[in-house]
Amino acid sequence: MMKSFDRTEVTLLLCIPVLIGLGFILPQWIVNYIQVSLGTGLVAISVMTQMRSGLVSFGQGLFFCIGGYTAGMAGKFLGISDLFLLLFLGALAGLAISFLLGFLLRRYREIFYAMLTLAVSMILFGLLSSTEELGSTDGFNLASPTYLGWSPEGEMARYALYIATCIPALLCALLLHRYLRSPMGFVGEAIRENELRVEYLGTSAHKSVHITYVLAATVSAIGGVLWALALGHVDPEMTNWTTSGQFVFISILSGTGNIISPLFGTFILEIIRVYAVEISPNTWQLMIGSIMLLTIIFLPKGLWSLIQPSSSVVRTTLKKSTKDSKETSS
Amino acid sequence: MTVLLETRNLERTFGAVVAASNINIQIKAGEILGVIGSNGAGKTTFVNMVTGYLSPSSGEILYRGNPIHGKATRDITKLGICRSFQIPQLFLELSVLENMLIALIIAKGNAPVLFAPAVNDSLEEEALRLLSRFGIEDYANQEITTLPQGVRKLVDIAMATVSEPELLFLDEPTSGVSAHEKLEIMQVLITALKVTNTAVLFIEHDMEIVEAFSPRVVAFYEGTILADGPTAEVLQNSKVREFVIGSEFHRKGDAPPSSTTETNSAKIGSVLEGGV
Repeated sequence: MMKSFDRTEVTLLLCIPVLIGLGFILPQWIVNYIQVSLGTGLVAISVMTQMRSGLVSFGQGLFFCIGGYTAGMAGKFLGISDLFLLLFLGALAGLAISFLLGFLLRRYREIFYAMLTLAVSMILFGLLSSTEELGSTDGFNLASPTYLGWSPEGEMARYALYIATCIPALLCALLLHRYLRSPMGFVGEAIRENELRVEYLGTSAHKSVHITYVLAATVSAIGGVLWALALGHVDPEMTNWTTSGQFVFISILSGTGNIISPLFGTFILEIIRVYAVEISPNTWQLMIGSIMLLTIIFLPKGLWSLIQPSSSVVRTTLKKSTKDSKETSS
Repeated sequence: MTVLLETRNLERTFGAVVAASNINIQIKAGEILGVIGSNGAGKTTFVNMVTGYLSPSSGEILYRGNPIHGKATRDITKLGICRSFQIPQLFLELSVLENMLIALIIAKGNAPVLFAPAVNDSLEEEALRLLSRFGIEDYANQEITTLPQGVRKLVDIAMATVSEPELLFLDEPTSGVSAHEKLEIMQVLITALKVTNTAVLFIEHDMEIVEAFSPRVVAFYEGTILADGPTAEVLQNSKVREFVIGSEFHRKGDAPPSSTTETNSAKIGSVLEGGV
């Protein structure tokens, strides 16, 4: 059965029990960071997925926020607390809104795509900031989730939520990895390289961009639900440009070479931030900026390029395929 | 022979500039047709209109009797009309094989597949087989940016043929290639395309190439067709000689390059190594 999974997929699947196990061993503050990182990491891999098609979204916080607020509002106004239902509703909201917005965004590339995604996310920021029913700029709190009628308390509630974060987050990462290896993922890379040729080969670049956008948005919304439940709070900062910029930062820092890289990148950024704030509370942004600068200069393809020099999913897949066939023939 | 493509009074204007006017052409199945004309004569505009990149301002384009003007490029490709480009349109950061694989994935209609692996052994084998048809399989693992211009041209054309089109437009297939490479490249191309009985329209500035490979020629001048007919007749047409070819062209009487026993790969390898 494992034959149908590649190395990245096996790693992601193995990470599920490993992370769950670590939840019982590691200090609580690190477990909290892992949990938060998995939520934001999902948004970062969504940004990375779009980058593979040559699209940089400076407004991915939009769907992160939509996911979080959908979960929050479902609890606040409808009394829904079931985690699975909240995840479904958050994903559905992200999917529906991105499907509609996609008809506009799929026509734009490069800076125009970046600015349009940013503009749409800032519209939501403005709306939420001025909506008193949703707590304006302060946002509002979320209740602890339940699990198909089971409502754990105390330490058990904390572990249950941690486990319930690990599983969907890593499964979403696996899903996006599969997407990047699929024909549509290949077409995405081709669009980044030469859109004219893609059209002349007989497929729609617009449709491919639309699908990538919707998929990335849906996964980001799931990340938003998980993040909001982990912190128990949502506020409009989730869709502010600084939050979206952070996701782009993570993608550049970690590189687009592998779906695992942004998940690690998110965690590393969280840790760097913790220490940067502790070392230099007033100038920690300067340290983060310096790291960014050094990464761009010395590792233009991100930290992952230290592990895997080629960032092309096409090339990676081919190398693997060639290796497999050599092993088979020997 | 079945008429594949027919254009009727095709016209394209850009503001006050008439790029193409009153273009009436028929192309039959399996036919090889050369198109000549100076820069700005409307040759590429014609190809752009037929392949859907530009919409005609007026006129009709019929493919197998059905109108195709106004259709998107990708839809025209799916009908069986493909093209190569004057400047090869490739995925530069990928290898030759990867370029072919992407072309094959799209040509096979697999592009909408979302979560199944894109590449398997049989697809790779097919890509390599197609490359060998054009004699460039030895370059399979080289990145496009490292290739000489002649090989890039062949990759560009090979990618255009993966869907086995009925009609293929080659926009200056030998431009940017040194003089001694041109005939060899054309020989490889025409041999490869005859296997699939693909009708070919190629735009060319080199009259020796046109004479050698094209039984019929269409001469463009200032957006209109100046002459259309057998190559010998068109090239001797006084207007064509005056406005298109120039007086310096004389038929050399050289025999077209004969088909040789060398493999395409060997020829291309010897001709293109160290090219542009």
